[in-house]
Amino acid sequence: MTYKIVASQCTSCSACEAECPNVAISEKGGTFVINPKKCTECIGYFDVPQCVAVCPVDNTCVIDTAYPRYQVAG
Amino acid sequence: MHASTTQDGVSQGGTGGHLVTIDAVMQQVAEHKGCGTQGGSGKASCGSAAGQGDLPTEIWEKVKNHPCYSEEAHHHYARMHVAVAPACNIQCNYCNRKYDCANESRPGVVSERLAPEQAARKVLAVASTIPQMTVLGIAGPGDPLANPAKTFKTFELISQTAPDIKLCLSTNGLALPDHVDTIARYNVDHVTITINMVDPEIGAKIYPWVYWNHKRYTGVEAARLLTERQLRGLEMLTERGILCKVNSVMIPGVNDRHLVEVNRAVKSRGAFLHNIMPLISAPEHGTVFGLTGQRGPTAQELKALQDDCEGEMNMMRHCRQCRADAVGLLGEDRSAEFTTEKIMEMEVDYDLEGRQAYQARVEEERVAKVAAKQEELATLAGARSDITLLVAVATKGSGLINEHFGHAKEFQVYELSTAGAKFVGHRRVDLYCQGGFGDEDGLQTVIRAINDCHAVFVAKIGGCPKADLLGAGIEPVDQYAHEFIEKSAIAWFKGYLGKVAAGELVHTPRGDAAIRQGALIVAA
Repeated sequence: MTYKIVASQCTSCSACEAECPNVAISEKGGTFVINPKKCTECIGYFDVPQCVAVCPVDNTCVIDTAYPRYQVAG
Repeated sequence: MHASTTQDGVSQGGTGGHLVTIDAVMQQVAEHKGCGTQGGSGKASCGSAAGQGDLPTEIWEKVKNHPCYSEEAHHHYARMHVAVAPACNIQCNYCNRKYDCANESRPGVVSERLAPEQAARKVLAVASTIPQMTVLGIAGPGDPLANPAKTFKTFELISQTAPDIKLCLSTNGLALPDHVDTIARYNVDHVTITINMVDPEIGAKIYPWVYWNHKRYTGVEAARLLTERQLRGLEMLTERGILCKVNSVMIPGVNDRHLVEVNRAVKSRGAFLHNIMPLISAPEHGTVFGLTGQRGPTAQELKALQDDCEGEMNMMRHCRQCRADAVGLLGEDRSAEFTTEKIMEMEVDYDLEGRQAYQARVEEERVAKVAAKQEELATLAGARSDITLLVAVATKGSGLINEHFGHAKEFQVYELSTAGAKFVGHRRVDLYCQGGFGDEDGLQTVIRAINDCHAVFVAKIGGCPKADLLGAGIEPVDQYAHEFIEKSAIAWFKGYLGKVAAGELVHTPRGDAAIRQGALIVAA
């Protein structure tokens, strides 16, 4: 799985962009999006996903169940 | 938004290493605020001339034309904010990021966010159009130090192209200790830290969480982390001779009495000015406090707290809680003239000499104004009376009574006594005249906002509002149109005392007044 940003709730504050250890977040059409190919749910970096921890609006950075759970390589 | 102080009130100014007493700084600042309070150690009083006095040049240069530090300077100089810092690292219960921060900017309107290059261009465009624009601040809409790359890039670009513009920033302080050296390197003159508590138990009621070191902290732990880092950041700045102002939001029942303690804590760490602002809270802002029905203070509650803290240090009373991209003088907001689209089309010719010549003329005006006040004050010498009252003034700036009653977006409030005229605050009334003159609801709003005043000084006023004001017990005064505010107020007060002495009128105290909720709205 990966995280995704609920566009209708995103305030475009950009806080998540700077905190993402995978540089998976970018601005698109006025709000921010997470590249599912790059998101690792912060596994291997931090105890909690950084986008969730810094986002000012609750339930905006959420698990995207459309993708399988991230696996640490090796 | 500068000098470090130790607990005995000695301050070390700037990089020159001069020792200067904080009293001397306060004396200058108080003069620029109109008139300081009387008595008490470490406090300024009326009577010094407008000028550098004994201040070291580097401190005087920092404070004399900074509108966010003195009401008097705000009459003559303008500031602008650029919204380059959208991200924030803490959550406050008075803020809803969907609408920017309700307390630092206008709710309901999302600021235009700028890249550092756009911000630098905007600053040049504004400074070329408004020669009295002397200060650039970065205040959000998030926290400048949660966006360090954007904030410092903006400072770097501006210091290269417009070296005469003073730089300042306003922060919640969480990330401050990490950036103090960078702040000093970019010659940032002034830093404002918003400190609402020094007790984590109280902090837990204001801040649901903070994000620090890759982790979200909540409750008392979050508030403890925040207060420790705020106070350490304040100490580090003042040790380096960077001027520090502290902002506090007054939240009745949560931190109102506690702010006296905050005042002591920040004063002892060298903050040179404390700005207690009323909570802005309404359900439509969608903030936690707005939704729980937490009220803001009344005008008298706010003034009483400011008065209590004034025994400790100088209080700032002219803050208009302007939005994070505000441009202009006093309560005006000219940001609509300087949208990204417009500034990209503007031909910018940065005329440093022209700006300096304009500012030299402003300085002459300021000296004349202070002289006029001193002259009038001398005629009050010897008058004895315990009467203290408030008057409201309609002004567009320059220290003059030069605004029409119906056009006033705010009224400045002065406290008059035999000691003189002291600026004690302003009341926003956002364009009572906007919907056409004679709007009854609008007039009632104005009366509620200045209900604690005995008189209102205006350049002009129509017959209907005049009658209604008199009915409400507020005397409309238009005989001092286009004259200096303090001189006129003192002259009127002298007449008032004379009438009371002659038995022509009986002095009766006024009631409380309301603080308008919601931030300043640009004229349509």
